[in-house]
Amino acid sequence: MRIVIIGNSATAVGAIESIREHDQSAEITVISDEGPMIYSRPMLSHYLAGEIDRARLAYRPSDFWTRHNVAVIADDAVVSIDPVGHSVETNSGRVIGYDRLLIATGGQPIVPPLPGLDLDGVFTFTRQGDATQLSRFLEGVNSPRALVVGGGMIGIKATDSLWKRGAHVTMVELAPMILAAALDGPASEMVCRLLRENGVDVRTENTVTEIHGEDGRVRYATLKDASTVECDVVVFGIGVRPNSGLANAAGLKVNRGICVDEFMRSSNPHIYAAGDVAEAYDLVVDMNRTVAIWPNAYRQGAIAGAHMVGIERPDPGGVAMNTVEVMGVPAMSIGNGNAPEEGHDVLVRLDESANVYRRLVLREGRLVGAILVGEIDRAGIYTGLIRNRIDVGQQRQRLLDGHMSLLSTPEQYRKHVVRGAGIEV
Amino acid sequence: MKRIVIHEEHCIGCRLCEVHCLVQHSSSRDVIKAYRRERALIMPRLIVEESGPLSFALQCRQCDEPSCLEACISGAMHRDERTGAVVCDESRCVGCWMCIMVCPAGAIRQNLLGTHIASKCDLCYGAEEPACVANCPNGALTYEDIPDQEEGAA
Amino acid sequence: MVLSYTMPAFVIERDLSRCISCQVCVRQCANDVHVYDIEDDCVHSQDAQCVGCHRCVTLCPTHALSVQRNPLAFRAHANWSDQALRNIYRQAESGGMLLTGMGCDQPYRIYWDHMLLNASQVTNPSIDPMREPMELTTYLGAKPERVAFSDGRVETEVAPQLRLDVPIMFSAMSYGSISFNACESLARASREAGTFYNTGEGGLHPALYQYGANTIAQVASGRFGVHLEYLNAVAALEIKIGQGAKPGIGGHLPGEKVTPDISATRMIPVGTDALSPAPHHDIYSIEDLRQLIYALKEATGYAKPVSVKVAAVHNIAPIASGIVRAGADIVAIDGLRGGTGAAPTQVRNNVGIPIELALAAVDQRLRDEGIRHRASLVVAGSIRSSADVIKAIALGADAVYVATSALVAMGCHLCQNCYTGKCNWGIATQDPYLTKRLNSDLGAQRLTNLLRAWSLEIKEMMGGMGLNAIESLRGHRDHLRGVGLNQVELDTLGIRAAGQ
Repeated sequence: MRIVIIGNSATAVGAIESIREHDQSAEITVISDEGPMIYSRPMLSHYLAGEIDRARLAYRPSDFWTRHNVAVIADDAVVSIDPVGHSVETNSGRVIGYDRLLIATGGQPIVPPLPGLDLDGVFTFTRQGDATQLSRFLEGVNSPRALVVGGGMIGIKATDSLWKRGAHVTMVELAPMILAAALDGPASEMVCRLLRENGVDVRTENTVTEIHGEDGRVRYATLKDASTVECDVVVFGIGVRPNSGLANAAGLKVNRGICVDEFMRSSNPHIYAAGDVAEAYDLVVDMNRTVAIWPNAYRQGAIAGAHMVGIERPDPGGVAMNTVEVMGVPAMSIGNGNAPEEGHDVLVRLDESANVYRRLVLREGRLVGAILVGEIDRAGIYTGLIRNRIDVGQQRQRLLDGHMSLLSTPEQYRKHVVRGAGIEV
Repeated sequence: MKRIVIHEEHCIGCRLCEVHCLVQHSSSRDVIKAYRRERALIMPRLIVEESGPLSFALQCRQCDEPSCLEACISGAMHRDERTGAVVCDESRCVGCWMCIMVCPAGAIRQNLLGTHIASKCDLCYGAEEPACVANCPNGALTYEDIPDQEEGAA
Repeated sequence: MVLSYTMPAFVIERDLSRCISCQVCVRQCANDVHVYDIEDDCVHSQDAQCVGCHRCVTLCPTHALSVQRNPLAFRAHANWSDQALRNIYRQAESGGMLLTGMGCDQPYRIYWDHMLLNASQVTNPSIDPMREPMELTTYLGAKPERVAFSDGRVETEVAPQLRLDVPIMFSAMSYGSISFNACESLARASREAGTFYNTGEGGLHPALYQYGANTIAQVASGRFGVHLEYLNAVAALEIKIGQGAKPGIGGHLPGEKVTPDISATRMIPVGTDALSPAPHHDIYSIEDLRQLIYALKEATGYAKPVSVKVAAVHNIAPIASGIVRAGADIVAIDGLRGGTGAAPTQVRNNVGIPIELALAAVDQRLRDEGIRHRASLVVAGSIRSSADVIKAIALGADAVYVATSALVAMGCHLCQNCYTGKCNWGIATQDPYLTKRLNSDLGAQRLTNLLRAWSLEIKEMMGGMGLNAIESLRGHRDHLRGVGLNQVELDTLGIRAAGQ
């Protein structure tokens, strides 16, 4: 069995660990257009903030490849897939045959086409190379001024990191509020207020239209509202789109991401896709969609890996979720936390002075989403209730109580969770 | 693997488990010194759930397919090779709270006592019996060999 | 409230160099003695509420706590003891009867401690129980007058018997007076050790029917929980006439202890007081007693021995004789120091006679009347050790009942506050916060351990006396000698003085 994996991030690691749990003989080859280091993308913000050094970006130790008996082709991009000949070809001309192929190419940062992108000081923020360059760039600037484009998760993380690095940050967001995809109004306002209180210039319903330079370096940017922002760096943190070009070219079925079944198989039974590039099942919205988050990437990789070596572990589906810490205040969004009140049973608790906010969304007695700001301990209890589709109609008010507890969940479910491994609800 | 089994019908809510957990994770391992000198810096790795007469001490349930391990962005959350326990390598944790967001038992908490990392049960690092089990006065916690099964809690 | 003249009975000493303010003591005290002061991050103790049960002391992880008797001294007075004064203060404040729990705590002579056992030397070999078999098996029930044979086969029909692997049973404690977990511990330990426990007047909880083969079911004056299924679920029946701690007094389980479970088991409404009348209203004579004995035998097909339990009182010997003649298979006698969940203090401390004297008198009387074989004799009322057991058997008992020792094995510290329902050890309480404190697995284990330990000691002492069967010891008063007893006492006990 020859297994080829394109990409060396969470999905690849999930797949490899899963394969090796069941099978020691498969030949695994990983091809990546980045270096051989398995680093953690979500940690780049911590790296940029100066909280960790480069070594701690490592998601798995450097002996991971050898210990799992994996051949790595690094710094070489796959340029095409031959689904008939069961092979892939790389930029350097290598052709590698496979019996099973996993496309784990992730996403690529969205950068709108606008003048000035070629200037020194324009960065994206999803790859180690971007973060390293940005970090180095900042070292050369005294009290840097940064413009962050995008007020979503990536933009916020970049903003928080740049702020921690001592930069003066202006953040522009096209939508009327920041973190619009994850949070609702009050939570978004709370985060926004925290940013502003700490000197971040947040501008909503606005975006950059042109970047102006001097001597090839960024000087200032023009915004949609015709105002200008003086800055040394512009960081695009709008989001990512699935990196599905290879799959498209290979004739696989692709919507926004590569379409996959519950075993992460694409429309070609020998080719799997998982992670940010795949359009897998989301159990909250009850449909397939791309959700570019780390836990999904790992889990889907593991499911794909298992299936390649004959272990059927159907994906129960993912739950969109994310967590971000702004100025030391954590915020979480789980599932449909910002669903509208119409058609939902919404519970809210707000303590503005303490920066605590909680919003729970129920539909037909079942929790479908949660937003937590400030107090986030034990938030996973909500995730569990969402994932297991537990009827919490009887417990609805207790769920909102200050001290979240397993004792606020239905007794049978609580006992199931407490018993731990392996007993169905 | 060996897991801590919770017997809620025997838990008397005395919280000696908390005391001994804290001592076990102190540098002195001495109950008085741990409280006198380190109380501000260490926290118990378990949570005592309490509502009326019902109570139980909750530690990491050691799921077969741990959500925290899936979700961990730093690789800090890992399975200890020797004991098979899911543990958090505190030198690698960056406190992103992904594990907290996904743990269905709510068994992981923020440790903000002079640090910024996830805090969870480590089964007392391969001890013959974790401190909470060894010091429960009423047999409300036992340490038993329970083989892995198909599904974790979530 | 007017100032109370009653000063705390105990003083709590907290070693502040050891206390870590973990608040385990705060959580464990049902009497709210310990209070956490959040402002000063320290724990204070309100001595006045302390009953001296040592729960906090036992659980304190740093051994920072000690409970001392309050050294507060009254001017010494041989007549007016501190206790007498305190009792009057309390009654002057409350206007009520003084209540207490457990057995008589007054310093009456404990005859067990004035009797010594014999051992073999030179002329009669002792037996090493580690090498030779030792028989502790005891059968309780009426024994035949004589054994008749025909064609080499036994013709005599033997009355139903209880087979005990050790001559120690757990005496009557009702579900209500003690917690379900305590009942279950006793039941499980009985099965484990091959002996019996007694339901008291509490009926039998459905979950305990599985231990029926090791259960003696009581029928008392309130008839609580008595129905045909109950009678037939168990190994033997016991009619309770009296109790050593409160002879002549009935029982009273306050309504707050009558939980839904207890209500169902006792067959009374939830929350109502369970009042056991002082007498059985259908028993005013030996003949009446005989009727009840035979009613029970009839109800259970003459398959189970019937015991009659009485308190040791002045005329115990003729009373016991009457009971035997009424048809009882077992006579159980409960002495002055027998325990209780609740009794008026003055009754507990002043009514009845010590079990040692009662036992000797009854055994002798039944022998004199030639009816000793018609019933087994079980004694109760503060059997504290294996030595007490062996002395009781030498004095003439077939077996003993223990309750206080069993409670102590389960954690009881004899604070004598059972009647408050706040037992911190989870035994004499129905409070769900407290009953959990007795894990019946651990309770059963501790009880089983106790019986095992006592059995080993009994075998050791029997071996020393040159005996290899407990049967050979029964009523063998020559193995006893008295020390420090006067001639009347020696005569009543039927033993000689040491040295004789």
